[in-house]
Amino acid sequence: MSSETQNKAKEISEKWDNNPENIIEMMHDIQDEYKYLPREVIESLSNESNVPVSKILNIATFYNAFSLKPKGKHKICVCMGTPCHTLGAARVAEALERELKIKMGETTPDLKYSLEETRCLSACGLAPVVVIGEDLYGPATVPNIPKLLKKYEKK
Amino acid sequence: MKPYTIQLMICAGTGCVSNQSFEIKEVLEKEIKKHNLQNEAMVVTTGCNGFCGAGPIMVVQPDGIFYQYLKVTDIPYLVEEHLVKGRPVKKFMYVPPKEEIPIPRMNKIPFFSGQTLVALRNRGMIDPEFIEDYIARGGYRALAKVLTTMSPDEVLKEIKKSGLRGRGGGGFPTGVKWETCKKIPGDRKFVICNADEGDPGAFMDRSIIEGDPHSVIEGMIIGAYAIENVREGYIYVRMEYPLAIKRFNIAVQQAKDNGLLGDNIFDTNFCFDIKVRRGAGAFVCGESTALMASIMGNPGEPRAKYIHTVEKGLYDCPTCLNNVETWANIPQIVLKGADWFTGIGTGDVTHDPWGGSKGTKVFSLAGKVNNTGLVEVPMGITLREIVFNVGGGIRDGKRFKAVQTGGPSGGFIPESLVDLPVDYDELTKVGSMMGSGGMVVLDENNCMVDMAKFFLRFTQDESCGKCVPCREGTKRMYDILYRITKGEGKEEDLDLLEELSNMIVESSLCALGGSAPNPVLTSLKYFREEYLTHVRDKKCPAKVCRELLTFSIDPEKCLENGHGCGVCEKNCPDGAIYGEKKNVHFIDSMKCGKCGVCFDVCKFGAITVE
Amino acid sequence: MAKLKIEDLEKITEEFKRKMTLREGAGRVKITVHLGTCGIAAGARKIMNSFMEEIEKSKATDIIMTTSGCAGLCSREPMATVEVIGNAPIKYVDLTIDKVKIIFDKHVMKGAFVQEYALSVGSEKIQ
Ligand SMILES: Cc1cc2nc3c(=O)[nH]c(=O)nc-3n(C[C@H](O)[C@H](O)[C@H](O)COP(=O)(O)O)c2cc1C
Ligand code: SF4
Ligand code: SF4
Ligand code: SF4
Repeated sequence: MSSETQNKAKEISEKWDNNPENIIEMMHDIQDEYKYLPREVIESLSNESNVPVSKILNIATFYNAFSLKPKGKHKICVCMGTPCHTLGAARVAEALERELKIKMGETTPDLKYSLEETRCLSACGLAPVVVIGEDLYGPATVPNIPKLLKKYEKK
Repeated sequence: MKPYTIQLMICAGTGCVSNQSFEIKEVLEKEIKKHNLQNEAMVVTTGCNGFCGAGPIMVVQPDGIFYQYLKVTDIPYLVEEHLVKGRPVKKFMYVPPKEEIPIPRMNKIPFFSGQTLVALRNRGMIDPEFIEDYIARGGYRALAKVLTTMSPDEVLKEIKKSGLRGRGGGGFPTGVKWETCKKIPGDRKFVICNADEGDPGAFMDRSIIEGDPHSVIEGMIIGAYAIENVREGYIYVRMEYPLAIKRFNIAVQQAKDNGLLGDNIFDTNFCFDIKVRRGAGAFVCGESTALMASIMGNPGEPRAKYIHTVEKGLYDCPTCLNNVETWANIPQIVLKGADWFTGIGTGDVTHDPWGGSKGTKVFSLAGKVNNTGLVEVPMGITLREIVFNVGGGIRDGKRFKAVQTGGPSGGFIPESLVDLPVDYDELTKVGSMMGSGGMVVLDENNCMVDMAKFFLRFTQDESCGKCVPCREGTKRMYDILYRITKGEGKEEDLDLLEELSNMIVESSLCALGGSAPNPVLTSLKYFREEYLTHVRDKKCPAKVCRELLTFSIDPEKCLENGHGCGVCEKNCPDGAIYGEKKNVHFIDSMKCGKCGVCFDVCKFGAITVE
Repeated sequence: MAKLKIEDLEKITEEFKRKMTLREGAGRVKITVHLGTCGIAAGARKIMNSFMEEIEKSKATDIIMTTSGCAGLCSREPMATVEVIGNAPIKYVDLTIDKVKIIFDKHVMKGAFVQEYALSVGSEKIQ
């Protein structure tokens, strides 16, 4: 176990008073830091916070916020809110699948992009909405998808 | 403080921020400096202005000039014209659909003039990150009034009298809930603000938090005082709202720094504090018992509610959970009195707290409507007024088909019921529900079977899996709907859907399962014909269910308008399109995978769908 | 930071009142200085500044001061319109700093308009 991950886990656990009840907040901080929950950080966190690894894994699988697998460098999320759906989000999603040659929930082999559906982002005025990393785009249209992806090609 | 003559109120809600409102602010300030106007013009970032579909939005006060769709590159011109030369710029103003003359003033635009602001009273008026702005608009006066002139019982009586009902879904009378919680013995009690807003297509709570977080905090402090023995409060915000989380954290910190949270508030012996907790992306955590499990660091599984959370909630203590908008109404009721509040809305709540719907409701209007955004209207207003007056009617001149209210727990309301007054009871009567206030407008191009399938997929994804009827029942219903949209449905399926629905409603543990069939039941009730067309004729009249469509090319349009441009051929992933450049193109229906790409890319409307 | 007392709420409100009145577009009196190109050339900025000084001196918080475009009467600039809410707006022309003081004193503060400097009663709307 590297000391770097151990220190991170310790720091985060302390931020939340080492209180097992705050485990979800701690996991959020780890997810924000690594973009997923690396196994060894989970183990360190378990030591620091006194929450069993099994419970952390249970929480991680229950909530959509957490991921146990590494994600692509650019996480692409298609909003699946009702207004986005009525305005063609499913078509946009398919277009992304075609462009990236992966299915929803997958990551490209070069770890560059992951494609996911997300729960409503409540930016319904811009529906249909696509989020790449921290950038929100809308209204996203099928013919625009290749252009949108181009912006990230070199990043 | 400087005697400014002009204030530029720029919207910094989620929608506008993603369209660069912060960059616009920077350029504005730079341009103002350049023209040496920094002592006259002040730029203020506000919360969500509500007119989200037209962002980024800026309102210039005191004249209330409304600008929309601003771009960073427009700003130098705008500053020069409006601020230096004093000429408001028409081309950035709002023009009503199908008209040509812009409406310069915000309060003359029907979207705004049709609204009554209570919960959103500060929207666009304050910078949500400055507690002073909130105070200068009358903030924390209700708290002062309560702590110095009213006993907890008097506060409770006032809230009960107001007839306020929960804005988070069920419409439970808030005063009754507080009273129950108050009566249960216990010296450690909690209040919680439910800001999980899981209904897809709802963004009322997000906007209230982003625009006016202190109103929610003030409401919670007053609630804690009225219920008594409450020293701790939680705000549970969904993690998809980073801006709202940030604003809540800032507001709570400011309230603490100013002694409005903490010990001996306003030098009385009343003490109360609030913690902010992030949700983790599970719809079911909006449900009271699941939400509390989540705050305590557990998976958010509901428990059977033989014992209500007002009795045994967080840490098994009596807990009062209310929605964001419910809390935001409290200070106004305290300040203006219950009688003022009951003057707005429907029914009579003097003897029966369920006897009417009082006050206003905030709806998030989205979908196929011209003015997407947040609207606050008096209870009892008709759907027609919301969709056609405030909402400006249907986009692109299409035909109005239905409104979906209440999200995955609600239902569809067809065009024939468009004059329905909107309140808790009327919506329930027609099979839908108020829910938290999401209102998605559908037009002739939306397929009701597809919409029902969409919601079923949502509930099935979000079912926590604890009980079989919800977990398995919704899956079976989804499978049936999926089959129907693929053209493999049978007529008996419709009865089967109804049967399954009733079974799930009756035997689910929590309200997620209990209300999951509503979208199916209401669409079957009002749009049975559309289901039958799918099942019998294997056609989708709205042209949504892809497997039931045939794509072809209109040779005349292809040749005359498009000169056989060949774009469709290049883009077809299945190589199903043939044709010589500059000549008519054809689709080979055997090869066509029905992806719809050709339809999207043809700029000449030559692709026809049947 | 100091803990707020109830009296402080009013103090903060007073302090920010002018800002809020302007924002709400709701004051007792509204003064509009016409800042068209010719207005500026004729010294409208000076007129605006002296109105602002007067507001400062009076400590009033219910006066909104704003600017608008050319009023279309270039030969009579600088001009300003004073509107006591509820009454017809009065347009003043050929303004000087001395005139501003008198207008502020009599019309803005006391509500009696100054006939000899006035051009007309009524005003055009922004459209
Ligand atoms: C599955 C499910 C999801 C819910 N989601 C929310 C929500 O996102 N926000 C909310 O305020 N209430 C939600 N509720 C309703 C809450 O359980 C609760 O009734 C409400 O927060 C009480 O506050 P109110 O009385 O002020 O409406 C949900 C209920 C269920 C069953
Ligand atoms: S009804 Fe569904 S969401 Fe509710 S407890 Fe049962 S399985 Fe979980
Ligand atoms: S894109 Fe349209 S116009 Fe061009 S070849 Fe295809 S059908 Fe014809
Ligand atoms: S629908 Fe898709 S597969 Fe069929 S012709 Fe058009 S582009 Fe090709």
